[in-house]
Amino acid sequence: MKKKFSFLLTTVLAAGTILAACGSGDDEANEGQGADGGAEGGGFSAKMVTDEGGVDDKSFNQSAWEGLQAFEGDFDDIEIEYLQSNSASDYAPNLNRLARDGSDITFAIGFLMEDDIREIANQHQDNNFAIVDTVVTDGDDNLIDNIANITFAEHQGSFLVGVVAGLQTETDQVGFIGGVESALISKFETGFKAGVLAVNPDAQISVQYAQSFNDASLGQGIADSMYGSGIDIIYHAAGGVGNGVFTEATDRARNGENVWVIGVDRDQHEEGEYDGGNVTLTSMVKRVDEAVYQVSEQTMNGDYPGGQILEFGLEDNGVGIAETQDNVSDEALQAVEEYKQMILDGEIDVPQNDEEFEEYQSNL
Amino acid sequence: MIKRLLVGARGKSFGLIVPLIAIAFGFIAGGIIMLLSGNNPILGYTALIQGVFGDMYYFGETLRMMTPLILSGLAVAFAFRTGLLNIGVEGQLIVGWLAAVVVGIYVDGPFALVLAILAGAVAGGLWGFIPGLLKAKYEVHEVIVTIMMNYIALHVSNHFIRNYLLASGQRTDFVNDSASLSSPFLEALTDYSRLHWGFFIAIFACVVMWFILWKTNKGYELRAVGYNKNASSYAGMNVKTNIILSMVISGAFAGVGGAMEGLGTYGYAQILSGFTNLGFDGIAVALLGASTSVGIFLAAFLFGGLKIGASNMQSAAGVAPELVEIVIALIIFFVASSYLIRWILGRLQQNKEEK
Repeated sequence: MKKKFSFLLTTVLAAGTILAACGSGDDEANEGQGADGGAEGGGFSAKMVTDEGGVDDKSFNQSAWEGLQAFEGDFDDIEIEYLQSNSASDYAPNLNRLARDGSDITFAIGFLMEDDIREIANQHQDNNFAIVDTVVTDGDDNLIDNIANITFAEHQGSFLVGVVAGLQTETDQVGFIGGVESALISKFETGFKAGVLAVNPDAQISVQYAQSFNDASLGQGIADSMYGSGIDIIYHAAGGVGNGVFTEATDRARNGENVWVIGVDRDQHEEGEYDGGNVTLTSMVKRVDEAVYQVSEQTMNGDYPGGQILEFGLEDNGVGIAETQDNVSDEALQAVEEYKQMILDGEIDVPQNDEEFEEYQSNL
Repeated sequence: MIKRLLVGARGKSFGLIVPLIAIAFGFIAGGIIMLLSGNNPILGYTALIQGVFGDMYYFGETLRMMTPLILSGLAVAFAFRTGLLNIGVEGQLIVGWLAAVVVGIYVDGPFALVLAILAGAVAGGLWGFIPGLLKAKYEVHEVIVTIMMNYIALHVSNHFIRNYLLASGQRTDFVNDSASLSSPFLEALTDYSRLHWGFFIAIFACVVMWFILWKTNKGYELRAVGYNKNASSYAGMNVKTNIILSMVISGAFAGVGGAMEGLGTYGYAQILSGFTNLGFDGIAVALLGASTSVGIFLAAFLFGGLKIGASNMQSAAGVAPELVEIVIALIIFFVASSYLIRWILGRLQQNKEEK
């Protein structure tokens, strides 16, 4: 009998693991399938490959797809499609499939596809490609003619939310939670710090990296210790880790604590909602949709920006603070406008990495 | 029970019929779900098949996808044969991947490839040794330990890549050409897919497993321990050593599977944001393949084809790629439940005889 029980236990455990494994790769339900196959030729086709986050990641994959959908809506005879990658090994076949299907421009969403797009673009010299969030170069550091590199001035947008945080913190302590350490996330971090210090030189800023983009429980743990130490505003640039930050903040807010989260990439107002209010102070939006739309339009009009580095910054509305501004004080909004103008006029050079930040700090 | 399920399918016809029925049921149920979600199942499945056989490129990618699945399937099956459930194939595969890539980066010369694959096997074997030892010495259940070892493998290898091996973005340097499994010949043959020599290593591994289990004394002992520990012990076999050995060999298969990814498909190791699922899929492959070498090869082809064909299903028929995961899950479900039915029938018969 005992043996049977242990078998049963083993079976259940094994089944659980299999099921868990099946679930983890594809927990995003795939509503609103975009691939309406068998579209008639003749028109212009713009297609994209998502990274592992999937097309409804509430972040840049979703934003890119929204951009393509808007593009389809605004022009006639447009074919759009996305292919979802369930693991990193899907990037190359997915990019290849779109190139072979003869898409007029193929977007790779996310810097993780850097190596794959370099190879596929080389094999399909006649196809146009674009990659978001990174710059792809060949072995000799030259840009590649059939890849357009879409980047964002995240440091500028982060500076603005930093201004909001610096003005609205009551404890003069703010926190930054990053995903995996990289040059990209460093732009968020240094921009944010610079923004906080610009308006609140006494503020204490603590920075922590989760070394993950999808472990929400880790985010909750870090947020717990940060809020516990007196920090009242946390800015996260950590993808799915940020969801844990929101969980912790709403828990604490329900208990009457005065804590805030600053969202990233999209307007994360929804994520901060709870029955008694909203913990999302504001969000640093990165208009991947806008960029994808613009590059598609340029390509359709024959101005494909291949072999170029496009940086979408404040002046193109590529980055900025979210439209939902219920929790932002008027004073802060006014300051944001002033600093935005100063950045646009070149009076402030927002630092992008640690070295530039040190220089910036010494000039304060 | 699982032991009996996996090892017990000795009746030749039964062993073949059950998986086939399960696959058919899986596809039918998947078709019904497609209908319910407003897609045309015939169109969907046509796209799936075209996605595998329609083009040399995708066929090559399917074979490439099969490679690690075969090895992780073998790893799971080998442990099953000794009555052990190695849920840690995922972790063993990850450490094997990293170890092979590290050797591939730092070692050059004629033996680099062999050394790199061996490094993968040793690392995977070591990762299997720990749960094997704990099981043999302290009766700690291998399922618990291997599940935990998966997390340790994931985070430890991420730590090493992040702090010591990071080259650009999220990955290490590429391995030296001398250690690379990639083959311009196979690539040209399959219209520049990423098919690499590892495919033949995986086939060879199938033969190795068959040989060890069925043609050596040690293999007989391992299987005997799987059938009945007490009887084996009574017959003078060292059960503890066999348990450890089985886990080490199982881990080594998984480690080689990781090496195939590191040296073949990618040419580097990367910071993984989550499990690769190759190891977990191996459990399904072993189950469907009834823990036989040939069965695992065929099951890996099926699952590899489903995974590669899925993107064509999405692109040509507008069917969500998740549906393929559902079909895979249904196939596993039907495989498991037909065994269950057989087991229940067997029990009923037994009861009758007792009366």
